[in-house]
Amino acid sequence: MSARTLTIDGKQISAEKGASVLQAATEAGIKIPTLCHLEGVYDVGACRLCLVEVKGINKLLPACTTRVAEGIEVTTNSERLNKYRRMTLELLFAERNHVCAVCVANGHCELQSLAYGLGLDHVRYDYIFPRWEVDDTHRLFGMDHNRCILCTRCVRSCWHIEGAGTKNVAGRGAKSKIITDLNQKWGDSESCTECGKCVMSCPTGALFKKGSAVGESERDRTKLEFIVNAREKKQWNA
Amino acid sequence: MQIEDLNAIAEKHIGSRKKIIVRTCMSAGCMSSRADAIKKNLETAVKEQGLDAEVEVRRVGCMGFCGQGPLVGIDGVKEKEILFEHIKPEDANAIIASLKGVESNLEIGDPDHPFFAKQTKIVRANGGIIDPEKIEDYIAIGGYEALHNALTEMQPAQVVEEVTKSGLRGRGGAGFPTGLKWGTVAKSPGAKKYIICNGDEGDPGAFMDRSVLESDPHLVLEGMAIAAYAVGADQGFLYVRAEYPLAISRLQIAIKQAKALGLLGAGIFETPFNFNVDIRIGAGAFVCGEETALMMSVEGKRGTPRPRPPFPAESGLFGCPTLINNVESFANITAIIKKGGDWYASIGTEKSKGTKVFALTGKINNTGLIEVPMGIPLRQIVEEMGGGAPDGRKIKSVQTGGPSGGCIPAEFLDTPVDFESLAKLGSIMGSGGMVVMDDTTNMVEIAKFYMEFCKDESCGKCIPCRAGTAQMENLLNKIIARQATQRDLAKLEELCDMVKNTSLCGLGQTAPNPVLSTLKYFRNEYEELLQPDKFGPAATATK
Repeated sequence: MSARTLTIDGKQISAEKGASVLQAATEAGIKIPTLCHLEGVYDVGACRLCLVEVKGINKLLPACTTRVAEGIEVTTNSERLNKYRRMTLELLFAERNHVCAVCVANGHCELQSLAYGLGLDHVRYDYIFPRWEVDDTHRLFGMDHNRCILCTRCVRSCWHIEGAGTKNVAGRGAKSKIITDLNQKWGDSESCTECGKCVMSCPTGALFKKGSAVGESERDRTKLEFIVNAREKKQWNA
Repeated sequence: MQIEDLNAIAEKHIGSRKKIIVRTCMSAGCMSSRADAIKKNLETAVKEQGLDAEVEVRRVGCMGFCGQGPLVGIDGVKEKEILFEHIKPEDANAIIASLKGVESNLEIGDPDHPFFAKQTKIVRANGGIIDPEKIEDYIAIGGYEALHNALTEMQPAQVVEEVTKSGLRGRGGAGFPTGLKWGTVAKSPGAKKYIICNGDEGDPGAFMDRSVLESDPHLVLEGMAIAAYAVGADQGFLYVRAEYPLAISRLQIAIKQAKALGLLGAGIFETPFNFNVDIRIGAGAFVCGEETALMMSVEGKRGTPRPRPPFPAESGLFGCPTLINNVESFANITAIIKKGGDWYASIGTEKSKGTKVFALTGKINNTGLIEVPMGIPLRQIVEEMGGGAPDGRKIKSVQTGGPSGGCIPAEFLDTPVDFESLAKLGSIMGSGGMVVMDDTTNMVEIAKFYMEFCKDESCGKCIPCRAGTAQMENLLNKIIARQATQRDLAKLEELCDMVKNTSLCGLGQTAPNPVLSTLKYFRNEYEELLQPDKFGPAATATK
């Protein structure tokens, strides 16, 4: 038998043997919040947002790395789970400098949408306001560590989809940092293929295409003046 | 190598021994107080005083009474050993002269002191007696006989059976039944299996495993070899932290010697059993003591944990079934094989068998390493063996289990030391750190110390541990600085619950324990520091 039947949020569903609880839920139209999960790369169970309750097991299990089993009863949506999820997001917002108003991802940010979805309207923890630099040395892309949530999606897609192995994690704890090659400037990277998969993977505005940043959206009005001047003073090169 | 050869080595070595043996502790603690100079001076003194023929100066591992070190013990003069304490290199002449009956005013310890008398030694039986750098010393006291017996007289399943019968539980902290773990690995299908010895001891104040590795490296190697035979593995890794250079160098010597004699390698004791051991040196991350992070590190990757299941017994190192045990667990194996599981199970309590090594430190008179039977009341350890707190102070609390453990208040000192009783009090057995605190200790500061440790050592992979510990430390700092209110305390408690239940690995899941246990027993110390809340009573829940 290659299928397993299980219950998720009271709904009886069947899933392929070896599928994750997250896959099974998604197929059945049940949405579980995720941040580090990315379709196409392997799961690491790091963000803890997809934690679910399984009847008979006193530990919470990450839906992304837990395999379906016959007859298990999964709860993905409970007061306790949502409280933990809100706290996780609060911790993330307080950890680095997430300022939606000036972010390239504003309106397209998974962190932001999750917070809206879970009704998070304020953060009760002290903001840490760490100092993180922006690496804008790459020709096409930039990395703003202030907005990084260390989900490692970029690292995984760089290694396992592109196969370049440019991105990695250095440091420990809150000082962990996504690095390029051996902690070099991205612009100096010899292994980067400029494929942009890391930028596609990023759930927030930490990785972005150059030109899209708020600071870069300056309006160049000199051209208007040039045209008006040219017209009025008949400065055309006939 | 056959058993006759092993016996021949033992006999020859015993025959070459001199009448009097002067044992110099050369473990890391005593070494830092110039034990190497002491040994050198003792050797010179023996020569100069013409006692070459009857006196042997021997390098030994940890004698246990570290607070009184450097230590020199003498056998063969009186019925009991003579123990010199607080020895300096310039005392060497006087020590050797005392062998000829010359009186000295050196500090002599009491071998009947409760610190020694109350111990039951299995793991540390040879510590402070044999030379850890000489395999002959180990063979002379019956070393590698257990491996021979296992290989030639027992089926792998019988070895597992014996370990199961002994009731041994993992000494790394969690107390998982060792026999059950071995049985699972033995039954896991796979042509290639691995043995890992976890020597990444990192709890503040803990030095049990270091001492075992420095004092008796062959005991651990033999235990690993027996385990490999039992589960069907042929490759072992000893993961030792880089902060233990002496342990690493003694292990390297031990592995080389064992290989030279054919006690490791191919066709051990002329059976088809092959077993090799390699050392892997950790780069100083506490989290690498967590088994899945340790395996990542052995594989050469960034040492971060991964979710379990799959458990290492099923899919571990390089995806193969892997048996991973702590140093002390492996160190118990030879005794279990030699004397039987029933004998081992006769020591200790109903659910916690055998002995446990503790590193007794903090505000206590006698610091050092002790090995006691499970179930011994905590009071006997700290008051009788440890001699109570210095300067006539009162003991306030005992911290067990390191950053994953908790603080046990003095009113529970009569609790027996076993896995269940400590867990019931909100602490854990842990790997064996025991830090004693007297009545001058502020428990909020203690909680903050451990929280800071966990924050610094968090690997950064999962959010609750990485960002949660940082916020908890921040809240503790606010409380200590008298800037916090009931509201902040409620936030701290809420975070404890969240980090405990949502973190990925054991480090995060247990990081709140020092806060939870001090809140349980010393809540008043927190509340005394709180300020009135301007905005009225505390709101507890998120919403």
